[in-house]
Amino acid sequence: MYGFEALTFNVHAGYLEAIVRGHRSALLTAADYNNLCQCETLDDIKMHLSATEYASYLQNEPSPLHTTTIVEKCTLKLVDEYKHMLCQATEPLSTFLEYITYGHMIDNVVLIVTGTLHERDVQELLEKCHPLGMFDSIATLAVAQNMRELYRLVLVDTPLAPYFSECITSEDLDDMNIEIMRNTLYKAYLEDFYRFCQKLGGATAEIMSDLLAFEADRRAVNITINSIGTELTRDDRRKLYSSFGLLYPYGHEELAVCEDIDQVRGVMEKYPPYQSIFAKLSYGESQMLDKAFYEEEVKRLCLAFEQQFHYGVFFAYMRLREQEIRNLMWISECVAQNQKSRVHDSVVFIF
Amino acid sequence: MSSSTMVGASSSWSRAMLQISPYTFSAVGIAIAIGVSVLGAAWGIYITGSSLIGAAIKAPRITSKNLISVIFCEAVAIYGVIVAIILQTKLESVPASQIYAPESLRAGYAIFASGIIVGFANLVCGLCVGIIGSSCALSDAQNSSLFVKILVIEIFGSALGLFGVIVGIIMSAQATWPSKTV
Repeated sequence: MYGFEALTFNVHAGYLEAIVRGHRSALLTAADYNNLCQCETLDDIKMHLSATEYASYLQNEPSPLHTTTIVEKCTLKLVDEYKHMLCQATEPLSTFLEYITYGHMIDNVVLIVTGTLHERDVQELLEKCHPLGMFDSIATLAVAQNMRELYRLVLVDTPLAPYFSECITSEDLDDMNIEIMRNTLYKAYLEDFYRFCQKLGGATAEIMSDLLAFEADRRAVNITINSIGTELTRDDRRKLYSSFGLLYPYGHEELAVCEDIDQVRGVMEKYPPYQSIFAKLSYGESQMLDKAFYEEEVKRLCLAFEQQFHYGVFFAYMRLREQEIRNLMWISECVAQNQKSRVHDSVVFIF
Repeated sequence: MSSSTMVGASSSWSRAMLQISPYTFSAVGIAIAIGVSVLGAAWGIYITGSSLIGAAIKAPRITSKNLISVIFCEAVAIYGVIVAIILQTKLESVPASQIYAPESLRAGYAIFASGIIVGFANLVCGLCVGIIGSSCALSDAQNSSLFVKILVIEIFGSALGLFGVIVGIIMSAQATWPSKTV
């Protein structure tokens, strides 16, 4: 019942909520990002990061550093924190925490299948996979030739199995089909996660519905923009949109027939929360759309921490940490390639 | 039987209520006074304690100050013990002929009411202080200037238990059993 979570939440999840709030206080602030943006080399970045919580992860790295090493170690820290929380969690928090990683699992599956299609080595692909999305039989994905085999050999034992019901075909895997598969899986995952949160009820349902609805809408807009000019038909496009969120169902009808970005903008400006995002972009420009969406997402994620006694803080923390890792990657790349003027193009400050 | 000469209500429920011995009411009242108070205190302590332990991992400085929240919850249990001891000193024996006399019933009801007042006031007070204490610990871990401000809220919350104790003691002062000489 909404409003009375405070009475019983702490029995099972009070300790972990306090831990996740402690982790949140260790996220990098705007002052840290300003320092990092002024670094000249990757060693400077390492020095600045050793004043933060990343110290123990980066101190043993030999110079010369690579950007991938920095990103890998920061991701390792996130994975360690996640595993620590997961092993202490009871139901239903443990299921909730596992749901957060299914998105990464989907990305890893698509990465390996695409890489195999392009004749890359499996070991190399495994190293590029996101550690949060690993599962045991992931290496066998390289063997599958079409989706039915993919499902039968590997994925039926993973948590992603129920998401495959809509996209098992016997067609061979090619780039287009893989993207469609990725989006279909992600749609099924988001809807499943949404239903799970609704079942949990209370403050968790309320806060997570809002966050997941934003995610669903953002993906709808991205799918629309990325499929403009491709051979994806309108019906196929409509099938990839999730069946919840602010845009469902009328926004999806309008988005399905959009043929260029200005039409997308016209559709989105009818919805006040997204109007402010699109107002930041001038006509015809879509590069800044990603950053505008990230900023809006970060704002909503930070608001999830305003309330106590719900599971949304775990989801919000994982997403904020991923945003931080994206920021660090961008800053490191700009510094490594000596393009410091572009560093502020894509860094989203969290605090 | 003396009860049939009393209240003229004819429903069997009210007859049944009047047949319950005032000793029963008193004993149940005393049990509720201590039992439910301790329930409230324990509930409040675990709500605060779990958040406090988790938050203290990243911010160890908060532990000593935030034990005040736990002490406020504990005070609630102590109120319950005190009132239960006071109530049980009010319990006297009356001769068998006087068990259902109006005076006896009144004394029994007074002790019962006092027990309920104190028990439930302490239950909600313990809950209130516990929940605020949990938020206090988490806020203090992020920003140490917030502690004193949230402590003021806790102090107001713990006054609720005190109200219950005061009213309960006033109620129990009325619990005069009929004197032994008939």
